Amino acid sequence: MISIELLLLVSAVMLFAGIYGFLTRKSTLAILLSIELMLNSADINFAVFNRMVYPNGHEGVFFAIFAIAIAAAESAIAIAIMINIYRQLKSISADKLTKMKW
Amino acid sequence: MNAQDIMFVVLAVFITLSALATVLSKSIVRAATYLLFVLLGTAGLYFLMGYTFLGSVQTMVYAGGVIVLYVFSILLTSGQQEELRQSTLQKVIAGSVITLIGIGIFVGVLWTHGFNPVELALSKPSESVITMDTIGTQMLSTDKGGFLLPFEAVSVLLLACIVAGLVIARKR
Repeated sequence: MISIELLLLVSAVMLFAGIYGFLTRKSTLAILLSIELMLNSADINFAVFNRMVYPNGHEGVFFAIFAIAIAAAESAIAIAIMINIYRQLKSISADKLTKMKW
Repeated sequence: MNAQDIMFVVLAVFITLSALATVLSKSIVRAATYLLFVLLGTAGLYFLMGYTFLGSVQTMVYAGGVIVLYVFSILLTSGQQEELRQSTLQKVIAGSVITLIGIGIFVGVLWTHGFNPVELALSKPSESVITMDTIGTQMLSTDKGGFLLPFEAVSVLLLACIVAGLVIARKR
């Protein structure tokens, strides 16, 4: 019963939930949460294609591991930037961020 | 339906509902908690497919590390009592329309594409599709199918990330 389409449907729902959140949220931290959702659905796709279409190779697993490492690095840097912005502006709402340099 | 099908349905419903709750909930701490549930459900999917190492990495790095980082930074910046400000109705409608069109096209392509998957024999919990031994050997090999170069590139990236995090977030 578990078919490739059903597995990909789960990740598609996750991806578009992330896109919806990215478009409608105001707080930059909430936008980052949506980005994590989208990255996570891409990881699921790597694993699913590897398992269901090319079960003899292992590239999808390795790509997913590297993607997890890069996502962790990206969120650490993004959070450092958020904290810096909060120190300067006392707010992390996206519509208050109008200056690139201060 | 065997036990694995039931487990898949449970995980799929759990992931879908938590993903929707992540983007719809009012409080940002709750959104982070729902994201934790999404990531744990994803780890469950990896375990179901037999990728036990990937599932444990997902649990440790994402659920254990990144979510803690997020909760810390949420409490450092906005504070838990602050409600997320709502977008305007116009923006919500535009976002929903774009999302619905996108997911319609996406699912349509998925259903009509016709993948030719192998017959899926999900592994028993005792056996995994790819062993730790294979992962370790392939990660450090320079032969065909080896991943030494991306492995080193990621280590340099993590070093750069540590330095950049210190430089950006330090007090001036």
